Amino acid sequence: MIEGLNPGFILIFGALLVPITSGIIRSILLLTLPVLALTQIYTLGLGTWGHYEFLGLSIELTRIDPLARIFGTVFCLASFMGMIYALHVKDTIQHFVALIYMGSAIGAVFAGDMITLFVFWELTAISSVFLIWASRTERAYKAGMRYLIIQVSSGVILLGGIILYYQETGSIAFNYIGLTGLASGLILLAFGIKSAFPFLHNWMQDAYPEATVTGTVILSAFTTKLAIYTLARAFPGTDILIPIGAAMTVYPIFFAVLENDLRRVLAYSLNNQLGYMVVGVGIGTELAINGTAAHAFAHIMYKSLLFMSMGAVLFRTGTIKASELGGLYKSMPVTMVFCIIGAMSIAAFPLTGGFVSKAMIQSAAADGGMVVIWLIMLFASAGVMDHSGIKVPFFTFFAHDSGIRVKEAPMNMLFAMGFAAFFCIGIGVFPGLLYELLPYEPTYKPYTAGHVITSLQLLLFAVLAFALLMRYKIYPPELRSTNLDFDWFYRVPLKWLALAIGRLILVIWNWFLGIANDIVYSIINTTEKTHGDGKVLARTTSSSTAVMIIVAVLGFVVVFFYRFLQQPLPM
Amino acid sequence: MAPDMLSLSSQFPILVAIAPLLTAPICALLRGKTAPWAVTTIASAYAFYISLQLLLTVASFGPISYELGGWAPPWGIEYVVDLLSGFMLVLISGVSTGVLLFARESVTKEVPTSQLGLFFAAYLLALTGMLGICITGDAFNVFVFLEIMSLSSYALIAMGERTDRRALTAAFQYLIIGTVGATFYLIGVGLIYMMTGTLNIADIAARFPEIEGTRPILAAAGFIVIGLAIKLALFPFHIWLPNGYTYAPSIITAFFAGTATKVSVYLLIRYIFTVFGVNYSFQGLELMDILLPFAVLGFLTMSAVAIYQTNIKRLLAYSSVAQLGYIILGIALANETGLTASIVHIFNHAIVKTGLFLSVGCMFFVVGSTYLKDLEGIGRRMPITTFGFVLGGLGLIGVPLTPGFISKWYLVVAALEKGSVIGYGLVALLMVSSLLAVIYIWRVVEVAYFRDMPEGTVKEEAPISLLVPTWLFILGSFYFGIETSFNVGIAKAAAAFLMGGA
Repeated sequence: MIEGLNPGFILIFGALLVPITSGIIRSILLLTLPVLALTQIYTLGLGTWGHYEFLGLSIELTRIDPLARIFGTVFCLASFMGMIYALHVKDTIQHFVALIYMGSAIGAVFAGDMITLFVFWELTAISSVFLIWASRTERAYKAGMRYLIIQVSSGVILLGGIILYYQETGSIAFNYIGLTGLASGLILLAFGIKSAFPFLHNWMQDAYPEATVTGTVILSAFTTKLAIYTLARAFPGTDILIPIGAAMTVYPIFFAVLENDLRRVLAYSLNNQLGYMVVGVGIGTELAINGTAAHAFAHIMYKSLLFMSMGAVLFRTGTIKASELGGLYKSMPVTMVFCIIGAMSIAAFPLTGGFVSKAMIQSAAADGGMVVIWLIMLFASAGVMDHSGIKVPFFTFFAHDSGIRVKEAPMNMLFAMGFAAFFCIGIGVFPGLLYELLPYEPTYKPYTAGHVITSLQLLLFAVLAFALLMRYKIYPPELRSTNLDFDWFYRVPLKWLALAIGRLILVIWNWFLGIANDIVYSIINTTEKTHGDGKVLARTTSSSTAVMIIVAVLGFVVVFFYRFLQQPLPM
Repeated sequence: MAPDMLSLSSQFPILVAIAPLLTAPICALLRGKTAPWAVTTIASAYAFYISLQLLLTVASFGPISYELGGWAPPWGIEYVVDLLSGFMLVLISGVSTGVLLFARESVTKEVPTSQLGLFFAAYLLALTGMLGICITGDAFNVFVFLEIMSLSSYALIAMGERTDRRALTAAFQYLIIGTVGATFYLIGVGLIYMMTGTLNIADIAARFPEIEGTRPILAAAGFIVIGLAIKLALFPFHIWLPNGYTYAPSIITAFFAGTATKVSVYLLIRYIFTVFGVNYSFQGLELMDILLPFAVLGFLTMSAVAIYQTNIKRLLAYSSVAQLGYIILGIALANETGLTASIVHIFNHAIVKTGLFLSVGCMFFVVGSTYLKDLEGIGRRMPITTFGFVLGGLGLIGVPLTPGFISKWYLVVAALEKGSVIGYGLVALLMVSSLLAVIYIWRVVEVAYFRDMPEGTVKEEAPISLLVPTWLFILGSFYFGIETSFNVGIAKAAAAFLMGGA
């Protein structure tokens, strides 16, 4: 392979072959490309390649360091997994854009300068929207449009930030930036939009559930984790990120509890998981950054697993509403097992990927003496437990029997889920393999050996006991009344609180949106009145009017120049 | 230069203007479909070849001066080729040649065969005018070429009469307003001649400091700036342009969009930087206060107007006025980066816009209309053409890897160099304007790809002779967006030369 070729290009160029292949050859192509990209990462080793001068800026197309490598690795694995999952799809456009999208996300991770980053950044936005539009519904079209506007704006803001940053420092290298002024603020805002900061997050819950079955799985893995990577690269230890991240871990829970669409529930919990990573970046110690990277790795695995299992359910049953599903454990037992593995992992059950990685971030917070943040994250863990760990599998596979009888998920979907489940468990049982890849490996181990982890483990075992109790109580569908009895204590007050807070947030948000909408509409209306077809500014005035304008402007300009008579020319 | 006056290469400066001029009457006499076109294309290609040679010579040996008829300047007429004028010559003759490749099949649908000889004769005269303006070093000679160009372009726009009778009124309005512009320019040159007694541009520039504070010179500056602003269709003097571009034959629109207004921009740069000098223009006359508001209003309002257009040619025409706003903004910023941005954008916009108008020409060739309502589903009907249009549209928006990005990059950097609130405000407005460009291109994309084809239409591509030149410009635009050493390199050198007060 070409020396120093950015691994992302392998997928992007490979995508160009998709339209001319079909059948088994295309399947082989789709699966080979991520493997090739992964090989490229490890053949190259660490270093930088592809230096060019462009407009006097130094471009660095490929830069592989440990931080980029772990994200690149998991992106390649996710591409492979996503492609297995999408093998049954007979839609050239989806395969094509999925490869472009994955390739540009991988390319962005290995970008050594901000211009390259920007190009890939926008490419992910433009390519991914087609995965949403591929649903070919009116709702998906509109949601995709909103998604595209927000994503492209993020790119435009990023570009603005880059230009200002270049003005200030004369460098476009993509390294530590830190929040210092307008330039870095704009860059942070752009990254923040993509990592779904509070109040910048709506695009995700809006668009992800509208994508195709396979599209959602692919979307959920890349965009936000790319943003987390850029944050970890440019803003580690930026204090403001800690409260932002903590807020992110908490508020989606309220929405998730209320939501009926299970893929949307997962989108909210995705947002919550990103919160942990943002907190990790905000803390910024080596342990925290390690935790963020590890959590991103594990997160991609279990989140994809959950989205894949829900996708399989949607694919077979045609619905994803909690109220319409139930009792599917009889028809789709394998999917159920995988879903539960994913659920256990997201709930940070010991011996799963989520446990290994989340513990690192939490102990980093504990090390920094951030008690409040630590407590918030603990509370959020309980929340995740409720909506992703229990709600999703429970309502789909157990609860009351909906009477839906379908076939088990297709073979390729099961393979993809098995692949993800393998990693979820694998990371949990052999965390050493993941730790090998972490950016700050050598200094990490002393911390984990400490009692911090042990005490956390105890606590998480308590949560586990709680979960097991719940599960035994509610497991047989016939005993649903018992479930309700038990639930009352846990559910009603919490749900009431959740509803109240959720409504309050909605009211404020709607008010804010309403005002913004009014402003935008009034601008559009005014513009149309003056600029519309045949309106004042678009009209062909008569020649005499045009000449009148010309003469008037000429008169003005000449008088303007005549001021010069009174004053000598400044030299 | 010119150790022996007999070799052909020493006569290149005059040949570049004379070749198309002398071919024009021959062309007018030719009959049939192919002969006039072939002669025109050969003349244009020859001019392109000479222009390239001249640019290469200038790039390595410095400016060339050519004495017409052996009369030494400032008494005789002097032809001067420097980096900027060489660059313009290459651009004009290159675009012209590319467009002509497209012309053979395209004009047969839009111009009666009996008039083809005259049509191409007028085309050659317009080409002569543009090349002449760039190469001459004589202020009055500029006026002569300006009139050659304008008169033939009135005729060429009126030729669109067969498709839409409104071409006639459009041409007539252009005639009135264009003549006002040319007259203003002539008045300005007259006043300068009165004060300096010379018409040679270099000579005027040399004598300028003595008389720069006098009343006639101030009036002359006003007349020249406004006259050229009319010619280059700066907002609010653009009234003639949208109609002219909309109703002219396809190839004429493509040719003029790339070159005609750019020639006037070139003249404006010459006067502001070479004749008046940077110091006088921006500290004495404070030209920035005049040009900046027009430029900003231009790119904002005209982009907004473009959004609401129902005819794709008209939409692109308004976008052209907006893009001219960018070019003038670069000049108005009065720093080297800004001037670089302007010169680069003259080139980049020419390539992109010509490509876009040519792809519209392909659509017109097949569909017979350029109204958006008739182009529904064109993306499926003519996939190759429409994809070319979309790529060109990306260039207009300024997506990275397209030349539009390069120009905007320099423009933004120049605005930031200006600093203060104005600089930051300009950057914000540039971003808004890019967003407007996204919207108006998106409108076309939406019609092309998200609407169904009308009943009874079939998939039908434009003939290969139209597609090849169109894609030549589209791919060329990407080439110059990625490998920028030619356009940016020359623009930088030219800007440094002009700012150096030469």
